[in-house]
Amino acid sequence: MTPEEIKVVVLDILEGIAPDEDLSGLVDDVPLREQLELDSMDFLDIVMELRKRYRVQIPEDDYIELATMQSTVSYLTPLMKDLQKV
Amino acid sequence: MYDTIIIGAGMSGLAAGIRLAHFDRRVCILERHTAIGGLNSYYRLGGRNYDVGLHAVTNFTPKGARKGPLARLLRQLRLRWDDFGLVPQLGSVISFPGASLRFNNDFAQFENEVGERFPHEKDNFRRLAAAVVDYDDLSESTASVSARAVVSEIIKDRQLVEMLFCPLMYYGSAREHDMDFGQFSVMFRSIFLEGFARPWAGVRVILKHLVRKFKTLGGELRLRAGVQRIDVDGERATRVVLDDGTELEAQRVLSSAGLVETMRMCGNEPAVKPLPGQVSFVESISVLDRQPAELGHDRTIVFFNDSERFDYRKPDDLVDLRSGVICSPNNFAYAEPLAEGVVRTTALANFDRWRALSAEAYQAAKDAWFARILESAARHVGDFRARIVATDMFTPITIKRFTGHENGAVYGVPRKVFDGTTHLKNLFLCGTDQGFVGIIGAMFSGIAMANRHLLNVATGEPDTAAAAELAVQDVL
Repeated sequence: MTPEEIKVVVLDILEGIAPDEDLSGLVDDVPLREQLELDSMDFLDIVMELRKRYRVQIPEDDYIELATMQSTVSYLTPLMKDLQKV
Repeated sequence: MYDTIIIGAGMSGLAAGIRLAHFDRRVCILERHTAIGGLNSYYRLGGRNYDVGLHAVTNFTPKGARKGPLARLLRQLRLRWDDFGLVPQLGSVISFPGASLRFNNDFAQFENEVGERFPHEKDNFRRLAAAVVDYDDLSESTASVSARAVVSEIIKDRQLVEMLFCPLMYYGSAREHDMDFGQFSVMFRSIFLEGFARPWAGVRVILKHLVRKFKTLGGELRLRAGVQRIDVDGERATRVVLDDGTELEAQRVLSSAGLVETMRMCGNEPAVKPLPGQVSFVESISVLDRQPAELGHDRTIVFFNDSERFDYRKPDDLVDLRSGVICSPNNFAYAEPLAEGVVRTTALANFDRWRALSAEAYQAAKDAWFARILESAARHVGDFRARIVATDMFTPITIKRFTGHENGAVYGVPRKVFDGTTHLKNLFLCGTDQGFVGIIGAMFSGIAMANRHLLNVATGEPDTAAAAELAVQDVL
């Protein structure tokens, strides 16, 4: 997957978690927590959705990489570059 | 072999089931009755739909709110705000001798009301609200401090203290007279800072969404599947045996049946027996041939108390008429009115006294107390007795029969098991006895316990899930 495709995957996960949110105005380099007021349970859900859908394992020490869309995509790119989008 | 067996298809069990099924766990919910919902079920009688217990959904926050338990649980269950069809209350009142306080879902109005009725306590009430907001659900260390002690330090006017406790205790206290400050804070937020709402068609709207979601995700629901016992080997539950003898195996068991009730299923009761709750209620339901508002009653909920002190405890008599809760499901801001008027009146009741009655005396007592309860309610909401077209009533005996709760204790054991663990390594509790109450609270309990004990959120064992959540809080 390309970084663009990975971003679509992350957006799809966010949309699943918060179906009432309009994600079209999401800013890439502002923390998701600030923009969507996601809490710790939601961040764990992002981790679990990635594992469920793509078997990507994210160790606890790396959770900080999920702070913004930009950092999430950069972090996931090497982990997901050889995967096909489902 | 299931990953998890959940005992009870109430709000907490269904919510936990959705979480597990969403993350591809093999999960089965066992329900003793033919209807789902547990404490918050529904039934049909004489061609009418009734909710079992629902007055109002607390913890209501409007569409678009991102904070608070409702918004959080919608995200956890992948539901939309519109799915529950919640409609806010019109306005409620706490009615005491010589003083009343009106409140709705706008806390500023309640603050003004308190300021006007109790001007000398205005600033103190603000301080109390701030303390309640600051209270952290996760810090279990302060959870067991007496709420009466904390609140009386801040607010000196005895009547105001009693008036604040009245709705909070009626809507969630398993303890007599007092509550933990943690529980007080959770209840204060859910009722005064958030608020009341109700789906137009009642609790079934919420239940149907939950069960549909659960089944769509591949979850299995078995009705008429009461659990006879849980087989134990050493520190583990090995098997769940149903009333009909069916044996089911699972890696883990999550029980919403209650602490005492679940321990009994395990047979080998722990050394320290949990104290069952004593707080139970009767409720009279009157269906009217017109809307309550047409009779001059437009309040959503009336919490009343006639005596000097608000005495929240198991009464000596069958029923305590000195205080109560009068709810009219009509008085929410619906787009169109309900078909018929309904008034539900709840009062404290004594399980032992009701249980001691013969079948004949039980029926006679129901009839007699129904009349007395309506007479009591009439003083607060006007006399609607001439407009009644149908009635129903539940007693502590009814509650025991349908929920399995010892003593008909609606809110379960006084001492909650906040972490949901038991004496067995793979048996956990959710629901009333885990500590969250109300419909939103119950669902939240199921979610929290599923996340913490049943979904290996991080990578390893169940216990790491809680640590993982803390890790996220630290870094994000």
